[in-house]
Amino acid sequence: MALDTVSIAETTPNNEQPWRELGLKEDEYARIKSILNRRPTSSELAMYSVMWSEHCSYKSSKVHLKQFGEKAPKSDALLVGIGENAGVVDIGQGYAVTFKIESHNHPSFVEPYQGAATGVGGIVRDILTMGARPIAVMDPLRFGLADAPDTRRVLPGIVAGVGGYGNCLGLPNIGGEVVFDETYAGNPLVNALCVGVMKHSDIKLATAHGTGNLVVLFGAKTGGDGIGGVSVLASETFASGKAAKRPAVQVGDPFAEKVLIECSLEIFAQDLVVGIQDLGGAGLSCATSELASAGSGGMDIQLEKVPLRDPSLSPEEILMSESQERMCAIIEPSKLAAFMKICKKWDVTATVIGQVSEGDRLKITFNGELIVDVPPRTVAHDGPVYNRPIAKPAYLDSLTCAEVPTPSKGAELKAAVLKLMSSPNMADKSWVTSQYDRYVQGNSVLAQPEDSGMIRIDAQTNLGVAISTDANARWSYLDPYEGAKLALLESCRNIATTGAKPLAVTNCLNFGSPEDPGVMWQFSETVRGLADACLELGLPVTGGNVSFYNQTGSVAILPTPVIGVLGVIQDVRTRTQMGIKTAGLDLYLIGTTDDDLSGSEWAYLHGVMGNTAPKADLAMEQRLINLLLDGQSIFEAAHDLSNGGLVAGLAEMTLRYTVGADLAVSVNLFSETPGRVLVAVKPEDAEQLTALSNKFNITIAKLGTTGGDDLIINDAVIPLSELSQAHSETFPKLFG
Amino acid sequence: MRIGVVTFPGTLDDYDAARAVEAAGAQAVPLFHASDDLKEVQAVVLPGGFSYGDYLRCGAIARFAPIMSSIITAAEHGFPVLGICNGFQVLTESHLLEGAMIRNKDLHFICKDQPLVIENTQTMWTNGFTAGQEIVIPLKNMEGSFQCDDATLARIEDEGRVIARYVGENPNGARNKIAGITNKRGNVVGLMPHPEHAIEDLTGPGTDGLTFFTSVLQTLVGR
Repeated sequence: MALDTVSIAETTPNNEQPWRELGLKEDEYARIKSILNRRPTSSELAMYSVMWSEHCSYKSSKVHLKQFGEKAPKSDALLVGIGENAGVVDIGQGYAVTFKIESHNHPSFVEPYQGAATGVGGIVRDILTMGARPIAVMDPLRFGLADAPDTRRVLPGIVAGVGGYGNCLGLPNIGGEVVFDETYAGNPLVNALCVGVMKHSDIKLATAHGTGNLVVLFGAKTGGDGIGGVSVLASETFASGKAAKRPAVQVGDPFAEKVLIECSLEIFAQDLVVGIQDLGGAGLSCATSELASAGSGGMDIQLEKVPLRDPSLSPEEILMSESQERMCAIIEPSKLAAFMKICKKWDVTATVIGQVSEGDRLKITFNGELIVDVPPRTVAHDGPVYNRPIAKPAYLDSLTCAEVPTPSKGAELKAAVLKLMSSPNMADKSWVTSQYDRYVQGNSVLAQPEDSGMIRIDAQTNLGVAISTDANARWSYLDPYEGAKLALLESCRNIATTGAKPLAVTNCLNFGSPEDPGVMWQFSETVRGLADACLELGLPVTGGNVSFYNQTGSVAILPTPVIGVLGVIQDVRTRTQMGIKTAGLDLYLIGTTDDDLSGSEWAYLHGVMGNTAPKADLAMEQRLINLLLDGQSIFEAAHDLSNGGLVAGLAEMTLRYTVGADLAVSVNLFSETPGRVLVAVKPEDAEQLTALSNKFNITIAKLGTTGGDDLIINDAVIPLSELSQAHSETFPKLFG
Repeated sequence: MRIGVVTFPGTLDDYDAARAVEAAGAQAVPLFHASDDLKEVQAVVLPGGFSYGDYLRCGAIARFAPIMSSIITAAEHGFPVLGICNGFQVLTESHLLEGAMIRNKDLHFICKDQPLVIENTQTMWTNGFTAGQEIVIPLKNMEGSFQCDDATLARIEDEGRVIARYVGENPNGARNKIAGITNKRGNVVGLMPHPEHAIEDLTGPGTDGLTFFTSVLQTLVGR
């Protein structure tokens, strides 16, 4: 194909262009023409199509997401907010922490191993780009039914991909989720979180300032992988009968990324960059337009200088390629030699591909011919914004209440506990987590299956951070406003049970098609709920990610807002673990229990959804968090109650170190009422616990004492050996 | 005491190994693959990771790094070398130790707290243990299954050169449950599990791993 230049575009206004195939709508194409006052060149069309895709432009979600700004609580902790590669928060002692979750859902269905692997790679580069050393990853995963044939293809591949990439980077994987529901069949969710740490003075931003400064591309060479991944894969519903989309999935090289991390950190340490951006979705189109647009606007790129793996790539393909393990830096000419020396040390290819220029145009030439001449802001930020129709879905009017038997004693209770704890959603996940390295870097204080992952930041002062990710998609299905709040609260509780104070929030909002008014209603209610709750709890949202089009035909996934909370702990040595280690402790339930079976795991096992989500009680939950932090020194063990309710919490606490308990329980064992925590305390500390209960006005109830080889609830005796077998054999049986 | 910790491209546990060396009371000296300068260290640790991405065969490319030529020469003259995980693979590829590692029997990466029994306490890196002592340190790798031919296996066993064996179920299909071996002289030791991740209760399964590092200090002090 002949090179389509700006001058050709000016003289051939009526050439047919494949805007529809590239995922653009008719009015969007018209808008590009009106911005440029001519038809776009094929390279420009490629850039606009990827940058204006749902995945990159947030065109359907923008109008809702602005609530996170409007309702933002006052926070001294926030150093960098939404809009950069990742938000940054102050954790004290001169340290800043950056963390973010992103989705890599669609590629992981097509090619599970590479989709998941490059999901990890992408989020790690986002964190690195802020100037931080990545210190841990977490992966909330969701799949179709555990025994479905396709789940056996998708799950092992995704787990191996997460492990294969993360392990090779030397990043401990400290937590996540594995959840099954039939709506995720064909739409597995791979959400990847990364957290990084730096000193305040080391924060880097994605901006191109200073006329004459150099644009340097470094890292892997550019190949044909991932072309169109953004626009075609992530922004269109899968439909049967279309051609295989395999070539649009990127292929990861974790070794190249590990070397790129070390190289970049050495470059940051010598303060050699003005601005930096990683190349992820939309590749060079994204990096150049975002860097230029965040700077003064002018940038000249000589595209033929981009080092290629595949010399046959056209300029359009070079601009759209999503080849992994690449970064783009803006460097002062005087610092180029030092920059190149570090790249040479790490054997990283680095090439000057352009300059920051006067004016406000992004101009790209290919062998001297001008092929792109655009205002970069129109590509990167001024994409279309849709206020899509919203309508409360009809299913909400036909829900019925959850009527399921909830045994409380005897053989019936024992059988129920074994059934619940061996179900795929509640079963032991070590088949998954043992494929992840949780030890590397030597600072993993807590990792799965603990309530939160915890990393020591400073070995001298023992300052640390805790991170948890949570979602309850069934509650979100029943009531997305409350569901989002409840996910946030669960995440906060998971942080507080380990002894850390919640500080900031990130999110990954996974939904069906935004073109369905019912899905848009779920989405808008979710954002409203999360923004309201963050405001009331005083927690800033530092960033996030939206993944739409997670649906097959007309069936959307359950609305799945995955909420990540970061907490700070002053002394990681004081952290609380979830397992009971010794006999003779008193076990208490903190919080009150109602009959909340709608959306519960127990109801789900009976094929029942129910009709209503619990109402989030933010004031009570805040008091509960304060109680947990105040009482940290007396808790021998603490465990948040969520999926599976009280009975699951008891099973998990006793199974952890095989120390049993003898308990008398009068409340509903399977109810999932939020705002509850189990704690084990020494008998002599009971008075202190009562004092805390009074101080924070939270109900406590003693359930019994720890010890023995059985979990005894009322008169049901469940040997831990039997429970452990039921709990741990599910995954190996399913997945080998 | 100066103990070198080598970083190849793709090495991951160099930070942890250096921390373990310091926790044992020695000075950790970073050694970079591209130089053959041992910087007057008195022992060397080859840490775990995926050197050169493990793309050809684990350890096969690292063996040719300039730093390895110095280490191989020194090791042949009694210089203490500990290879952990990928470091063990580098040692077998360098022919300082026999055998080779293949994929774990179930073909998954394994990360778990692994019980071991220490068998040979005469090496420079294990003299702080008592024979038959059981320890727990993390095992984490994809290619961790120790293999060799029957004759080699018989020789290693006859000469008492197995330093540690897995206790309980064989986690990866290693022959004779071998977790680590030494050369005849006892200066070169290779170990698949990770002692550097077990030097404090807070971040590992315990402190059993520290003895590997204090052992070599004891050896060096006694010289």
